[in-house]
Amino acid sequence: MRAMVYRGPYRIRVEEKDIPRIEHPNDAIIKVTLAAICGSDLHLFHGLMPDTRVGHTFGHEFIGVVHEVGGSVQNLKVGDRVMVPFNIYCGSCFFCARGLYSNCHNVNANATAVGGIYGYSHTCGGYDGGQAEYVRVPFADVGPALIPDWMADEDAVLLTDALSTAYFGAQLADIHEGDVVLVLGAGPVGLFAAKSAWLMGAGRVIVVDHLDYRLEKARTFAHAETYNFTEYDDIVVHLKKITDHLGVDRVIEAVGAEADGNLTQHLTGAKLKLQGGSPVALNWAIDGVRKGGTVSVLGAYGPIFSAVKFGDAVNKGLTLRMNQAPVKRQWPRLFSHIQNGYLKPSDIVTHRIPLEHIADGYHMFSAKLDECIKTLVVPNA
Amino acid sequence: MAYIADKPALPETTEQLRARIPGWGADLDPADRPSVPREKLDPGASGARWDFPERQPELAPRERSVEHAFLTPVFGTSCPRKGLSGVLRTLAYQRYSEGRAAHWLILIAADRVDVLESSVSALRAGHPDNPLTETGVLGELKRHPLRSRFGRGRADLAHQPLDVLIVGAPWLVAGGLAYAAVRRLRR
Repeated sequence: MRAMVYRGPYRIRVEEKDIPRIEHPNDAIIKVTLAAICGSDLHLFHGLMPDTRVGHTFGHEFIGVVHEVGGSVQNLKVGDRVMVPFNIYCGSCFFCARGLYSNCHNVNANATAVGGIYGYSHTCGGYDGGQAEYVRVPFADVGPALIPDWMADEDAVLLTDALSTAYFGAQLADIHEGDVVLVLGAGPVGLFAAKSAWLMGAGRVIVVDHLDYRLEKARTFAHAETYNFTEYDDIVVHLKKITDHLGVDRVIEAVGAEADGNLTQHLTGAKLKLQGGSPVALNWAIDGVRKGGTVSVLGAYGPIFSAVKFGDAVNKGLTLRMNQAPVKRQWPRLFSHIQNGYLKPSDIVTHRIPLEHIADGYHMFSAKLDECIKTLVVPNA
Repeated sequence: MAYIADKPALPETTEQLRARIPGWGADLDPADRPSVPREKLDPGASGARWDFPERQPELAPRERSVEHAFLTPVFGTSCPRKGLSGVLRTLAYQRYSEGRAAHWLILIAADRVDVLESSVSALRAGHPDNPLTETGVLGELKRHPLRSRFGRGRADLAHQPLDVLIVGAPWLVAGGLAYAAVRRLRR
């Protein structure tokens, strides 16, 4: 089969690999029909995540058709059209039993601090991902779900991570009616988080980024008020000014390890790898939220320390909430919101590329060329 | 204002928001949201029919975090350890817990060694790495490279040239060493 493989920082290529095989009775092999490149894939592409091995296939956002099932699989059959959450989880451990599917303890031999994620380094379990023609899906009776007949492929693939993560993040922010919500980052997750904040009754939604074309999308797609932080000497002071010096009630941080806005932090966090990521957005969240407010962290960070301003978080009495999204818990409600016309995930898709051109797709996304917001990958284009 | 008890007025009323934003307030009740409460004991909800999963056969020795009691019943099998990078990874997993910086720093070092080892083995196998095609830069021309970057106040332009250095430096060093070696042999 053809599959994207990592060759080193900023380098990937498409190679011939063996079709994955059933390795456990509850495995399924999925023939991928559509995948996506996630912003967090860029952290791998840039060599930020420890134990990212040459030859590893990325991709944790994908849908497909069941190609083969293991002996104990009961809920899927060959030919089913399925969507697969980015979480790999057993469904039965201490954490899964409590709904913390992203924190499963039975699927990641390499680390206890994180669950299993498709195509996201050995730190997240060492499973190949879905930017390929086929992928192994463990616990096929637990994770994947049939795609409803009425749902378009491009909407389904965005439910496997981006939309579900954003919607979960808005829940973590504990939004109440009339809250002023700040979303840091106008990438796919930030855009969906802004939309989700309105569903939860926000009274005002503010989005901050440095890319004008994405802020334009935040205005038109997510109905948000937007600010480009490069136009202000100090974006935190500006946030205070536009909130009567109170600060915002809730912040959703949708930027992660490669945040811009402070060159020193970016260089030490994202380029020199001396931190687990650049904490610029985290610190703006802590500084920009009001005392007693809530910060929801969706951005992906590496496992080592970052220079986060915990002193201010303590002194302001903040609630900091974070986790990888337990994707499947979000689906029934999100299916309903899509059917009701409240959400149209595929509206953020800007590019569709064949698997063979995936290096172009990563570079375009990484360098923010051609007004790229979300790129889908078609294995058999 | 922050200096008095009242919360600042919002720019729009609830009615205006409901009229302007599709679905505004559909999830208004915090208690009626899919991940509230975050932890809710319901072992049957996931669809799992086991108390503990059947074990995946360990066909080759599989590294694991020392914080695990045993090898997890299911694990990934992509890219087994090999070469010097594999030795470093084994050291990181066997010696240091996830709480130790040494664990992660050794793994990052192993990643860089892996790149070097894999580039050499790809060359020997007749499938050498090609930084031009593998970085995707050849696609730049059709992606409006100038218009996308300049005149837009982008904050990341200050460090984008470093990406070229990160990718190019190892190749320049390797090329320089090869050139020096060839010259030395010719003498």
